[in-house]
Amino acid sequence: MQFMLLFSRQGKLRLQKWYVPLSDKEKKKITRELVQTVLARKPKMCSFLEWRDLKIVYKRYASLYFCCAIEDQDNELITLEIIHRYVELLDKYFGSVCELDIIFNFEKAYFILDEFLLGGEAQETSKKNVLKAIEQADLLQENQSEDWGGLAAEEVL
Amino acid sequence: MALKMVKGSIDRIFDKNLQDLVRGVRSHREDEAKYISSCIDEIKQELKQDNIAVKANAVCKLTYLQMLGYDISWAAFNIVEVMSSSKFTYKRIGYLAASQCFHDGTDVIMLTTNQIRKDLSSPNQYDTGVALTGLSCFVTPDLARDLANDIMTLMSHTKPYIRKKAVLIMYKVFLKYPESLRPAFPRLKEKLDDPDPGVQSAAVNVICELARRNPRNYLSLAPLFFKLMTSSTNNWVLIKIIKLFGALTPLEPRLGKKLIEPLTNLIHSTSAMSLLYECVNTVIADCCVCVKTDTCPRPPQLCVQKLRILIEDSDQNLKYLGLLAMSKILKTHPKSVQSHKDLVLQCLDDKDESIRLRALDLLYGMVSKKNLMEIVKKLMVHVDKAEGTTYRDELLTKIIDICSQSNYQYITNFEWYISILVELTRLEGTRHGHLIASQMLDVAVRVKAIRGFAVVQMATLLDNTTLLAGSGQHKSICEVLYAAAWICGEFSEHLEDPVHTLEAMLRPKVATLPGHIQAIYIQNAAKLFAAVLNGQQGTPDCQTMQESSQLLIDRLPLFVQSADLEVQERASCILQLVKFIQKLQHKEVEVGEEVTALFAGELNPVAPKAQKKVPVPDGLDLDAWINEPPSESESEDEKPVAVFAEEELRHARPHHTEVDEKELARRREARKQEQANNPFYIKASPTSQKDSTGVEHIPVVQIDLSVPLKVPGMSTSDKYLKLEEERRQRERKERGKKEKKKKKKREKRSGMGRRHDSGPESEEDIAPAHMVDIVTEEMPENALSSDDDEKDPNDPYRALDVDLDKPLADSEKLPVRAHRPTNILKSPADDGEVQEVPKEPKKKSKKEKRDKEEERKVRLLWLRCPNGEIQCTCTKSSKHKKKKQKKDKEKEEKKRKKQHGHSGDREGEESVQNGTLEEEPLPVCDIQGNLQNGSQVVVSIIFENKSTSFLKSMEFNVLDSLNSKLQRPEGSGPHDGLTVPFQLPPGVSNEARFIFSVQSIVMPQRLKGTLTFIVKADDSSTHEKLDFKLHFTCSSYLITTPCYSDTFAKLLESADLKGTSVRLQEVSLPFHHLLAKICFHHHFSVVERIDSCASLYSRSIQGHHVCLLVKYAHQTVTIDAKCDESSLLGNVLEEIKKTFSQS
Repeated sequence: MQFMLLFSRQGKLRLQKWYVPLSDKEKKKITRELVQTVLARKPKMCSFLEWRDLKIVYKRYASLYFCCAIEDQDNELITLEIIHRYVELLDKYFGSVCELDIIFNFEKAYFILDEFLLGGEAQETSKKNVLKAIEQADLLQENQSEDWGGLAAEEVL
Repeated sequence: MALKMVKGSIDRIFDKNLQDLVRGVRSHREDEAKYISSCIDEIKQELKQDNIAVKANAVCKLTYLQMLGYDISWAAFNIVEVMSSSKFTYKRIGYLAASQCFHDGTDVIMLTTNQIRKDLSSPNQYDTGVALTGLSCFVTPDLARDLANDIMTLMSHTKPYIRKKAVLIMYKVFLKYPESLRPAFPRLKEKLDDPDPGVQSAAVNVICELARRNPRNYLSLAPLFFKLMTSSTNNWVLIKIIKLFGALTPLEPRLGKKLIEPLTNLIHSTSAMSLLYECVNTVIADCCVCVKTDTCPRPPQLCVQKLRILIEDSDQNLKYLGLLAMSKILKTHPKSVQSHKDLVLQCLDDKDESIRLRALDLLYGMVSKKNLMEIVKKLMVHVDKAEGTTYRDELLTKIIDICSQSNYQYITNFEWYISILVELTRLEGTRHGHLIASQMLDVAVRVKAIRGFAVVQMATLLDNTTLLAGSGQHKSICEVLYAAAWICGEFSEHLEDPVHTLEAMLRPKVATLPGHIQAIYIQNAAKLFAAVLNGQQGTPDCQTMQESSQLLIDRLPLFVQSADLEVQERASCILQLVKFIQKLQHKEVEVGEEVTALFAGELNPVAPKAQKKVPVPDGLDLDAWINEPPSESESEDEKPVAVFAEEELRHARPHHTEVDEKELARRREARKQEQANNPFYIKASPTSQKDSTGVEHIPVVQIDLSVPLKVPGMSTSDKYLKLEEERRQRERKERGKKEKKKKKKREKRSGMGRRHDSGPESEEDIAPAHMVDIVTEEMPENALSSDDDEKDPNDPYRALDVDLDKPLADSEKLPVRAHRPTNILKSPADDGEVQEVPKEPKKKSKKEKRDKEEERKVRLLWLRCPNGEIQCTCTKSSKHKKKKQKKDKEKEEKKRKKQHGHSGDREGEESVQNGTLEEEPLPVCDIQGNLQNGSQVVVSIIFENKSTSFLKSMEFNVLDSLNSKLQRPEGSGPHDGLTVPFQLPPGVSNEARFIFSVQSIVMPQRLKGTLTFIVKADDSSTHEKLDFKLHFTCSSYLITTPCYSDTFAKLLESADLKGTSVRLQEVSLPFHHLLAKICFHHHFSVVERIDSCASLYSRSIQGHHVCLLVKYAHQTVTIDAKCDESSLLGNVLEEIKKTFSQS
């Protein structure tokens, strides 16, 4: 997978993950172009389109579009599966996820994605394992925050 | 300090957190940019604080802003700071920000190497995980090289969580640093058997991705994957494995046969569409291979059936993919797909345009002589009802593609095709007028038999010019008139009524067409005129001739006034010609033949590639200069003068004066003046018609016709369809009769004649309606037949095309860094040097093929190595460590050579040479020194035996200098060597450490040494010796030590430091590279950087402070330096200078 974009029906980018190194300018250009193309498609149309030399797989969940770019030989259906699984993960983590969850906790959305995909490949196909990893990392984070609550004792020392 | 912290946390209460920012952005929809710029200002303030929590919060907000499209690259350094936080909470945010905004061009990435390495080896698996995840997004070639070994180690981590990530990220590392592939591959392969399914699947993923790019190198893994495929139940893994096989089968057709069975089973059994689709795709691909080798077991009937089910599914996605896969089968098994024509045609009605387009693609391959007309007829229906011009245009091009493919192979009736083209011209607003026109021209030129018909059709088109030119805003369709006019002119002998057509071509409306079309009209009107003259030749009645001359003389002046130069020129030329002819006609002179002669000769189609294919004549070297290029030394001022003078003398050319700008302007002005005063000069104006009102001022009513008009007298293609069917039937009957007769005859004759199977009509049986002679395009004589398609040299995956089964050479070892102290600032550029050392000698020694003395080669290697340098650094416990880079080891053996080289002929010799080179032991250069205190250096050297013989009794000795001495065990003499405490079997490496004592560190040191060892072969032993040099630079006595700017300022103020400065000229590096280089090579740390000015600090192992102020302007670098030891400083500066003079 080359990249994944999440954007709203209004065309606002909600999340972007690039697995190929591109300059900001290129990223913006691609995003703009793709958001336009995908939003212009009618609801009954299939989820795939050919774009430049890539294949775009997208799916709409409520007001959010999930859009992935894959290479020519990649499997479109498994990419749809990946999108779906990510949505399920978000749903489990946030408890029936909505767009606002992703807007306000966008870093969490990234963390979940990073546990699920690495370098554009699915790294963990078990939903349970992904959520476990995220929860434990969150736990670690909270413990540390509590430490900090003690007026950063460590740092004063 | 405590107060500061308290203050910091109080400030924090007032900071915006991410949620506040998001809310703020949402409530400032109108002035978002303004609001965000104020937020960015706040963030900048927050980033200046020392409190890492505040910084992390700021970076988190920046990451959000980055997603909204704001540039945050200026905060890259702050991101690195947050990444380096020891707290997971912040580290996580830092890495997230880095993975979102770092890219290959981000300067600060080179500062992160050691931080990342530290995180990778963190005891906390989540630290490691977060570093790996981040790295996967921003890994650069430098990071890949420096960290490859660390990541490789992580592939064997105890936690599957880490192993899995490490395996996956290796793929990114391979892409960035292809040299790591061979050394890391064995371990990657091991991971295929990992007990954890996640790790296993990650390894399958990586190998599959690798194999897709360069399948040949992975053929040997086929059995392993075959086993995995039959045992795995994980669909994700299965898909990858099947994909991998898809890549392998083209190279090993037998594999394809073997796969058919398990794949068929999967196709039958799986319920996952994605897996089914993958299997079908792979079977299709296998069959493509089989077809090529003529061993196809059977057509993929099963696949076609499954695809039919997909296409019939109500899910648009499956429909789309089904059609996509179908088009792949089509390429090799067109017959098995053709039976599903009904289904494909159905898809043309689908509401989803992308599905319709896929179906169109399929149709392209489905046509045959038999069904072409029928399919095109259906398409024409779709053209009529298509909404939206894009799709209609797409249909139009597809129709033309389908008909014209493989040189009009499937067209049996060109009259039909011409009428289709004519019908297509009725499409409103199409963009493809040009395409239709070129088809008309192509067919008319190449199919001689059709010219008569084509000319008649074209004449009708011309007659309806108004129709074409008047309707619609899109003028593209009038391109068709270009073709029509040309065809009527060129093949005018077929015209029924040339005079009428001539009249049609000269109507005043024609003047509204684009210039290039008008020009063609004029030219072809002349051709027609010639034809009329020729046709009337010999008839007593010359009235027609005179009438047409008069017609031309009346109508052409309109075109003589055209604004288009080409039209004007042709019109006036032909007008004069006609006037002349008219005069001759009055004298009753026969001119027909002469006029026809103007346009005599046939135009032949030339193949588009013809020019390219002209062979280069013998002896012509296109790259050689015909005249020597002017020499560079000639000064630019004299050149033109000299050239002109010479030419004038030689060719006596008319005098060219060089005119300067002023002169030109003056002349222009004069000319304008003259024109203004000249009443006969017509100024350039939008319309150059004499009549100032001009045609364009006459209001033209645009007729918008929504119903396609039937052009009167035009035949429709449907008619041909019917006719064609009738004709075929008739022919079939006749043939049937004949055949029967023949059969009877034959049976009578022999009774054993081969029986003709008169089953369904086969392709070949359909005879074209009339003898069609498709003229092939002309090619030059001796055309070169090669159509070489070169491989893209920029393919990023090409570097990964390496043989994985070959044993590892020393030179390929990944840089080992595990035992290095962690906080050395490292510039990637440098490690490269270390790495490359083994390779360069290889090249060099290859050049010396003739050199039979192995020994000499060994020396060569050594000559390259001696620039070993020593680095110092300091660990957290503030113990001094010393580090040495470079050096060592090797071995060789003449015996091998004798064994192989006995044949003595050159070829044999050469291959042996190459063979030995490959295996020749090369120095492995990871040497590390530890400086335990101010006067000790530890040098660790890795010895690796690359030869095939056993090495033993190794002794390491260095010639001591006054200043530096190798520490030897008590009781040994000052010249005794140290025994290396191990022996080396072939292919084994080991590390040994040696301690040196150093007295003064103000001067660099060069130590000479030798390594002696015994090479033990099967039947004999030889004693061998290697010389080397160790180089301890002054920079290597420096330790990268961070320094705060206030401390730094105090240092500079103090009087104990002596200053000096150097100037480096013509440094073309960007400033940040320059700094990085100094930091890396000479162990400085940046204290502060403002624009192109930076202060750097370092400390020697004996506690000398070294301060630098580096300024950069116009490729010149000025370094003002201060140190309490001036000779140390001098040497360090000298070394810095050297670093840049080398680069």
